[in-house]
Amino acid sequence: MSWNLDNDRPIFVQIVEHLQCDIVSGVYAPGQKIPSVRELATEASVNPNTMQRALSELERDGLMHSERTSGRFITEDITMIDKLKEELATKRIEDFLKQMERLGLSPREIKDLIAKKVKE
Amino acid sequence: MSNLLSIQGLTKVYSSTPALYNVDLEIGSGHIIGLLGPNGSGKTTIIKIICGLLQPTAGKVLVDGHEVGVESKKIISYLPDHTYLNDNMTIHETILYFMDFYEDFDADRAYAMLEKLNINPDAKMKTLSKGTKEKVQLILVMSRRARLYILDEPIAGVDPAARDYILNTIISNYDPEATIIISTHLISDVENVLDDVIFLQNGQIALHSSVDDIRQNEGKSVDALFREVYRCLEN
Repeated sequence: MSWNLDNDRPIFVQIVEHLQCDIVSGVYAPGQKIPSVRELATEASVNPNTMQRALSELERDGLMHSERTSGRFITEDITMIDKLKEELATKRIEDFLKQMERLGLSPREIKDLIAKKVKE
Repeated sequence: MSNLLSIQGLTKVYSSTPALYNVDLEIGSGHIIGLLGPNGSGKTTIIKIICGLLQPTAGKVLVDGHEVGVESKKIISYLPDHTYLNDNMTIHETILYFMDFYEDFDADRAYAMLEKLNINPDAKMKTLSKGTKEKVQLILVMSRRARLYILDEPIAGVDPAARDYILNTIISNYDPEATIIISTHLISDVENVLDDVIFLQNGQIALHSSVDDIRQNEGKSVDALFREVYRCLEN
């Protein structure tokens, strides 16, 4: 499976997350046309209906819009993309902090370790 | 309007053993459905009845409103679980044969897929490996512009890389108006391409649900649920 999906979480949710990452990381640039449902479904090895549903969800959120005949495009609203990027990063940092807490690290120790790692 | 496939009270008894008992099933257009169940659960029996190869003991099957017969066969493209092609024909001759048989057969589509999979159309069927033969059969079945595709164990005999090829062939040739029913027990290989799954157990439907609902509600894959359900029922 070329998209590396987990087998215990809904596929739909994972497709949405994957595309969100592609948008904030610039795999798809603002305003860029994205491949068709069929192409994306083939690339991800998932059901085209599930892919369609994920794209509709991203459209509802305003991250994409479709034009009747010419296809589906990434939003040109860079503020929106930046906001999503921050949300996604914050979520990951929160998860990370929880794991560090479970290892018994204090906020200070976490900060020091990160600073050390970033320098490398 | 009736559904693409509508089954009511379907029962099939072999001598005195029931293979299917009072099965009701409604399937609409535009879905990819997994028909899952352990050996002997009735998968192939239900498929053969839908395709008109077996007579039901009781019950009714309608395909796009037609009773099983000439009209239903026109819109069903069926991949059986065994080879039925003539070993002495080349792939090219087999394609001509299919064109004679099925008015919805799209030869261009078949040749394009053969080329993509690096299969030489001039090769004789008997010179092909088992896996290649399965690929050719699937290409022939998927090259019809049918409304309902029924694939009985389409990936059982091929290696994992070829399975990915085959599943991609199914996805990339999929017509959003058509429905595909895939019978298999290699669940983990196919579950990402399915909308819905049907679990058969002792000739009855034990579960009919969407893949994502199962993952959402059970927190596990369809494959894991299958192993659990059938372990429980056996005790």
